[in-house]
Amino acid sequence: MGLVNHLPTRRELLVGSGALFAWSQMPRIARAEGRDPRLLVIVLRGALDGLGAVAPVGDPDWVSLRGDRALLLDGKPPALPLDTFFALNPAMPNLHRLYKSGKAAIVHAAATPYRERSHFDGQDVLESGLVKPGMTSSGWLNRALLAMESGGRVDPRGSRALGIGSVTPLVVRGSAPVMTWVPQKLLPASEDTQNRLLDLYQHTDPKLATVLQARMKLASLGGSPGKGDAMSDDPTLAPPGIARVRAYFAEAAGTAARYLAKPDGPRVGAMGFVGWDTHIAEGAASGQLYNLLGALDGAFAAIETNMGEAWKETVVAVVTEFGRTARINGTQGTDHGTGTVAFLIGGGLAGGRVIADWPGLKPAQLLEDRDLKPTTDLRAVLKGLLRDHLRVEENVLAETVFPGSADVKPMGGLVA
Amino acid sequence: MSNAAKAEVVLALHRFGMGPRPGSIAAIGTDPRGALIAELDRPLVLSAAASLPSSAKAYRTVADANARRTARAKQAQQQAKKQQMAAAPVAAGDQGQAPAQPEGQAQGYSQEKDAAEMAAKQAADAIPDPGRPIYLQEAKLRTEAALAADIGFAERLVWFWSNHFCVSANRIQSMSGAYEREAVRANALCRFVDLLLAVEGHPAMLFYLDNLESMGANSTAGINRSRGLNENFAREIMELHTLGVRTGYTQDDVISFANVLTGWTLVPPGADPQHGGEFTFNPRLHEPGGQTVLGRRYEQEDAEQGRAVLRDLAANPATATHVATKLARHFVADEPPPALVEQMAKTFRDTEGDLKQVAITMVSSDDAWRGPPSKLRRPGEWVVGMVRATGITVVDPVRFTGGQELLGEALWRPSAPKGYPDEEASWIDGVGRRLDVANYFAERITGMADPQVIIEDVFASQIAPEVKQAVGRAESRQQALALLFMSADFQRR
Repeated sequence: MGLVNHLPTRRELLVGSGALFAWSQMPRIARAEGRDPRLLVIVLRGALDGLGAVAPVGDPDWVSLRGDRALLLDGKPPALPLDTFFALNPAMPNLHRLYKSGKAAIVHAAATPYRERSHFDGQDVLESGLVKPGMTSSGWLNRALLAMESGGRVDPRGSRALGIGSVTPLVVRGSAPVMTWVPQKLLPASEDTQNRLLDLYQHTDPKLATVLQARMKLASLGGSPGKGDAMSDDPTLAPPGIARVRAYFAEAAGTAARYLAKPDGPRVGAMGFVGWDTHIAEGAASGQLYNLLGALDGAFAAIETNMGEAWKETVVAVVTEFGRTARINGTQGTDHGTGTVAFLIGGGLAGGRVIADWPGLKPAQLLEDRDLKPTTDLRAVLKGLLRDHLRVEENVLAETVFPGSADVKPMGGLVA
Repeated sequence: MSNAAKAEVVLALHRFGMGPRPGSIAAIGTDPRGALIAELDRPLVLSAAASLPSSAKAYRTVADANARRTARAKQAQQQAKKQQMAAAPVAAGDQGQAPAQPEGQAQGYSQEKDAAEMAAKQAADAIPDPGRPIYLQEAKLRTEAALAADIGFAERLVWFWSNHFCVSANRIQSMSGAYEREAVRANALCRFVDLLLAVEGHPAMLFYLDNLESMGANSTAGINRSRGLNENFAREIMELHTLGVRTGYTQDDVISFANVLTGWTLVPPGADPQHGGEFTFNPRLHEPGGQTVLGRRYEQEDAEQGRAVLRDLAANPATATHVATKLARHFVADEPPPALVEQMAKTFRDTEGDLKQVAITMVSSDDAWRGPPSKLRRPGEWVVGMVRATGITVVDPVRFTGGQELLGEALWRPSAPKGYPDEEASWIDGVGRRLDVANYFAERITGMADPQVIIEDVFASQIAPEVKQAVGRAESRQQALALLFMSADFQRR
């Protein structure tokens, strides 16, 4: 029996139970039906180097492209093999374990329809679900939620969406009510932000540069704050070390999972992690990217643990506004590129594979001779998840969730 | 508008106002000096303040709550003790069976005492302190006035004088906001002597500088009691408020002036439900007879004697120089051009301390405009500048005052009567903290503020090309906003 046949029944049930009781009835209906899906979207702000995260170690042009910065199976540390062609950044053992047990999938050479190189515009396209950038008031996840209401799946009066962070990510903003949770501890300005500010001061205000430099030096001497450190209680004094970033990622993601796991909690959630704009000293095998991927891997573990029983009905989609240049730049980093990876994890996933129509890495195969060419529309992936996991109808996906995307067919088979 | 004209408008907003906000550049037009002066003619009254209590009312409210807390605490303590007495025989019996342990006994006693005290504290805490909500309402009103101002020159003057004549909310939270409204705001553009008389006669100041119970040795109260004179109030008036430190007054002048000021106090709040907390002159505390201050004899009786000294201090040339220097240092540069200071001091002397004319002299002088933006904005100015740039006009006072406190400039809570300092050296080490605050604020507003719009529309592109570039290349709107707010263009004025 197709899913569409179920919908009227569910709607009748909901109406029959009386609007007043709709909220309290919801979880039971969901359970009676045997499914109560959760979707969490994590936006990596700053554009992730997909090649530094998931390396095409089987591509003959891989080593010549990245030289001694290429992740390798016999590298130091060795990359984690995914299949005969791709290997995972060694900072992500949790993701590797999930992948091996079929609870994670990786989409490679993917991109939104955005082809320029502005973070802001790229993030707008990614989160709004629209083809073109521009300040928009709603995101695709929120509109998907509204569509689900018509199917009676979600109580329209309750907040069935969760935003993590003091600002709700655009992807989940919109007319469907959203509840938000703000982590107690501030995440101080990232090292990247400090470096950029220092650079700005060095060009414009030497006095301010001196002060900021001294502060950064102090932070690096202090290392990461620990217990018993008098400064650790004060978020503004603690150095923005990677330990702090790891703690923040795990706390934020773990909390999202705790809420999503509740029988009467929200069913979709969204959050953003910053710091992925790795122009200098990217450090895929150690350093900034390695550290961030490790923190993200820790967040995956926190989600899995905190989801408890609901893990088997969970899908987490980790996406970014675009990728980074295929080649390493002059400052041992990468610049704004196009094609990148998306991570999908969750107990509800049909994983254990890298999904990619591999474009190749020869100069002529790169986009504009600089970026990994996108061969998979990220919207196809997201539409596949929304259709098969949250049961949003395909025409709604094409018209209101991702307007003008009728040509982009939902990717099937992602969900178990 | 030419770029040079735009630059002067932006400088006017930064240096003399609260910083650009959407529409403010267009509103100023082509004559920024004229616009600054015109703003001084608009009334400085806060219409929303009508709903806030006067300082005396606020003080009575807190005193009343304190009285009720004390009564409740006493009651709870007595009750706890009664219960312990009732339970005591059992405890004694237990102890009788075991060898006496003096140490344990002592501990038991102290636990009982602690329990009574804890009960008292809990009972007291059940009545919340009304001082803090009053403080927060005042903070909200003041901040929103700064956010709403077209330019904010007049508001900056209120802030300046409030800091010059500071009191501390750490000592007198309930009155701190009303003090500023009643004494400072109402007189910030009048003659200095009127401002001086208003602040020194305000109950909050008398409380803050310990004058309430200062009494002359030969006053009625002084003869009957062992307490006596407190020099604090008189010294700070001369050192900080008027003449300036090391300007020729002696310790004898301080003592004489302190004697003059005895009896300046307030109506006890509990004694008078109508006027409790208001200024009063209590002759029983006042040192009788004449006093000599700075070589002049003051034979007046009651509070008129003090007013006469204050009038003379206001007219003293040292006061003109002190005030002119502080104003120019605050608005223009840590080391202000001497010619500018002299011009302002001259206006002060020529106009008998007309503060509006002094302000006009300042903004009319080329010396006030010539230097590059070198002043590091104080934390409060910087935070308000950030919020203004986004167009936000309503604040959550808890969050806002918390942010200012984090940056070392807690609203109405300076650590000493000198107020918050103005020089860069005092604030520059806090720039790292500002980054975290900027980062946090940027995260909160990233959905409603566009850094490019702020640069183009709010700042009319009057910002260093390096800043534009850094903002354009940032990895997120949050980072772009944080870099913009932290830029020298934003922090210096």
